[in-house]
Amino acid sequence: MTHTRREFIRNSAAATAAAVAGIPLFAGASNIITDRSETALKWSKAPCRFCGTGCGINVAVKDGRVVATHGDIHNEVNRGLNCVKGYFLSKIMYGADRLTQPLLRKTNGQYDKRGEFTPVSWDEAFDVMTAQFKRVLKDKGPTAIGMFGSGQWTVWEGYAANKLFKAGFRSNNIDPNARHCMASAVMGFMRTFGMDEPMGCYDDLEAADVFVLWGSNMAEMHPILWTRLTDRKLSNPGVKVAVLSTFEHRSFELADIPIVFTPQTDLVILNFIANHIIQSGAVNRKFVDAHTTFKLGVTDIGYGLRPDNPLEVNAKDAANPNQGSPIDFDQFAAFVRPYTLDYAAKMSGADKGWLQKLAELYANPKLKVTSFWTMGFNQHTRGVWANNMVYNIHLLTGKISTPGNSPFSLTGQPSACGTAREVGTFSHRLPADMVVTNPAHRARAEQIWKVPSGTIVEKPGLHAVAQNRALKDGKLNAYWIQVTNNIQAAANSDQEAIPGYRNPDNFIVVSDAYPTVTAMAADLILPTAMWVEKEGAYGNAERRTQFWHELVKAPGESKSDLWQLMEFSKRFTTDEVWPAELLAANSGYRGKTLYEVLFKNGKVDRFPVSQIEAGYDNHESSAFGFYVQKGLFEEYAEFGRGHAHDLADFDTYHQTRGLRWPVVDGKETRWRYHGGTDPYVKAGKEFDFYGNPDGKAVIWALPYQPPAEVPDDEYDMWLSTGRVLEHWHSGSMTMRVPELYSAVPQAVIFMHPDDARARELRRGQEARVVSRRGEVRARVETRGRNRPPRGLIFVPWFDASILINKVTLDATDPISKQTDYKKCAVKVVKV
Amino acid sequence: MKPITVVAFIAVLVVGVLLGRSCSPQQPAAQVASVGSIAPPPRLQLKPSLDAMRRDADLLAEPVALPLARVQNTDVRRARNYPMQPPTIPHAIDGYQVDQNANRCMLCHSQSNAARFQAPPVSVTHYMDRDGQILAEISPRRYFCEQCHVVQTDAVPLVANTFVGADDILTSTPASGKKE
Repeated sequence: MTHTRREFIRNSAAATAAAVAGIPLFAGASNIITDRSETALKWSKAPCRFCGTGCGINVAVKDGRVVATHGDIHNEVNRGLNCVKGYFLSKIMYGADRLTQPLLRKTNGQYDKRGEFTPVSWDEAFDVMTAQFKRVLKDKGPTAIGMFGSGQWTVWEGYAANKLFKAGFRSNNIDPNARHCMASAVMGFMRTFGMDEPMGCYDDLEAADVFVLWGSNMAEMHPILWTRLTDRKLSNPGVKVAVLSTFEHRSFELADIPIVFTPQTDLVILNFIANHIIQSGAVNRKFVDAHTTFKLGVTDIGYGLRPDNPLEVNAKDAANPNQGSPIDFDQFAAFVRPYTLDYAAKMSGADKGWLQKLAELYANPKLKVTSFWTMGFNQHTRGVWANNMVYNIHLLTGKISTPGNSPFSLTGQPSACGTAREVGTFSHRLPADMVVTNPAHRARAEQIWKVPSGTIVEKPGLHAVAQNRALKDGKLNAYWIQVTNNIQAAANSDQEAIPGYRNPDNFIVVSDAYPTVTAMAADLILPTAMWVEKEGAYGNAERRTQFWHELVKAPGESKSDLWQLMEFSKRFTTDEVWPAELLAANSGYRGKTLYEVLFKNGKVDRFPVSQIEAGYDNHESSAFGFYVQKGLFEEYAEFGRGHAHDLADFDTYHQTRGLRWPVVDGKETRWRYHGGTDPYVKAGKEFDFYGNPDGKAVIWALPYQPPAEVPDDEYDMWLSTGRVLEHWHSGSMTMRVPELYSAVPQAVIFMHPDDARARELRRGQEARVVSRRGEVRARVETRGRNRPPRGLIFVPWFDASILINKVTLDATDPISKQTDYKKCAVKVVKV
Repeated sequence: MKPITVVAFIAVLVVGVLLGRSCSPQQPAAQVASVGSIAPPPRLQLKPSLDAMRRDADLLAEPVALPLARVQNTDVRRARNYPMQPPTIPHAIDGYQVDQNANRCMLCHSQSNAARFQAPPVSVTHYMDRDGQILAEISPRRYFCEQCHVVQTDAVPLVANTFVGADDILTSTPASGKKE
């Protein structure tokens, strides 16, 4: 067989890199080896490293390297299937440019923000980092240090980071990248149900009669859930699928009801459906009267821009956007009455017939309806409202908490639920849905953490977008980023994040496995163990907590985020970081390191390394001398046990393919809030929304409001951003897998052919995408998987050489502080 | 730190840079797409650029776009890395209709049509439902082929990958010296 030029280059590149790394490559087979001592592979389980679906993976290890991966037949989530990314998990750790030692910007042997990256020892890296953090703490206090973490942290990494910042440094300036993806879902849940995360589970996929996708391209973003949905629909011809989006995409291939609407008018369609349910007499009055209350939300809440923006200056509810006042059913009915079919069709541009059919499916009492949504709802300046409004529809009809009746918020990251949400790594949260602003919650956290009363600070810290603004403004000066690529991910990065990271007042640390653009913008880079190079736990979108063991050694001097956090904590004493009053009242804590206070505290260190399952390494536990993950998990689980967030004991998770919390008496919970399936529902009650004190869910009256920026004469197109199937998020892993890279090597501008023609552009030509904030250059694509209507372009963000987030707008939902990545105004200009 | 790691790191950067260069010989390394309003921060660029995916461009300079990659349309089947890896598609699939009304892929790749079209038939796993029962037709859970099977283009990788499959480990000289 002849080699193509591409294969030759790839093979020689791989051979060169492999030879240098000391790995023997293919040398030519001569026969079949049958010696079992040679052929046996060690298979272990792990959840997938990518999206929030949480598929089970079987991982094969041979001679200390992962040699194969495939779908775990025993995992209920995926039953042996993977998407194309999952099938190539085996390669994500082997990009030839893995970071293997700390790199510090230096000039003439000294740290210098303008210097070149230079390899240093861990000791030197921590010395410089410690000095910088201490300098800032001394000058400005804990409000000037911060951390940006991730829904890709393992549960114990997020927990350790949360504890180190909130209880150790006494800084609430810790936030996860889940702020960009799930914050609106969280606040939607909290406002309606008083408790985070879905009531249903993936079993709804085999039970529903109707599926409605709101701003979710499951076919590409949650492929394995899409296979389950496809299985249900095509196996049962009566099952209907409605797909709503601002452009046509692959999920439309299965749509019986395809609806393309004008950006932001999903709010109109949602209220139209509520109105239709009321007007057609389809309200489930028995359910509504027994289990719901009504509230009217405040509306003049702004758009989460900088305070001097004209859109913020006069927004009178911007300071308290989460308020509402009680109303009754009739007032709610009157509120949504103007949202007629005609109005919805006029505003959304969608076909009247499809809108009517969609509303009828929701209203029909005989049909079980599951609604799925992802970033179309959540990345929305009224994202919390959109979440509340879809719950309205399910609550008015009582289609909730039973198999197939399920408003279901999907997540984008493998542990957005498990780590970011459940561990409470947001700047206002504590574990198990508690918040720093509540004195009782702080007291409980301080008691479990064994730190003095008054340690945790009441005021919420800086959220993701506020952190970048504070970096630019010089108010946040020592900053640590783990497991995330925020220079690529943060909106308006040319005006906020990049100048923020490079502000001479600031010291920026980035922990990553690969040299991302965020690492490029840092001052210190810490090489980091990833996925099965450490023992881990993730929580997926259906409340399923899954564990895995450390299966292979990380390259070079790479260490896990957990090791880095704990090691760093050894370099600070309470005398250096706690105020005199706190120490005076609690003299027993004097002179102790944060490591001793938070980790070697008689609780986290209570399990010996001998309890680690035989046959698996654990580099953190070897380093610290106790079973670190088990100690952290068992302490963390105290928060939720008995509080409707119950987790099973540590060892159980290593033996199962995950369990859905609350796990009570060894049994997982599939549908919450329903008698018979949820042990927390009070005896005799059919439904009990116990997250709220009155046991009732809230139906919110909320209006349509326009977006922060709309196309005009100059910036005449909508820009929507998002993902593609073959790459996950910023592509730092998948772009290094040759097959995935080759399949989709570059981001393109998906555009309507008529819009291209009007700009004298043809498919394949280069164009500039320009907004008021920044610009990128990419090729025009008028065919393929995404088919935008006229007036809208779609540009994916996985490509580090096309930083589309230089173009996007950092307007956020004022309640959730989540950025709207789905709509801003741009122009497309021929190069 | 071991000397080998330093060498590996440097070699990898060199490989990455060479590949990055070789893929766009006709393109300048980077052009600044200027964004006016902010004062320039301290120097950002690293030569070579640290992130190979950035194609050697400075953080403030958006590079020119590479030409659209072309799909390899050779019909030559490619080796798999391990048995459960879905084979990549060795031909163009532009305009293929795969939706609830039709599945263009299965026209050739179904067990019943494969011989006629001399196409590899989909494996028996594709006829199994969620519980492992064999169906008379392809399982709906495997219906959308492109969830697992993807085309390959002529794009040159920006960075190498050092993955080694089980076969390659077996047939290489074992480091343990167990075999003669």
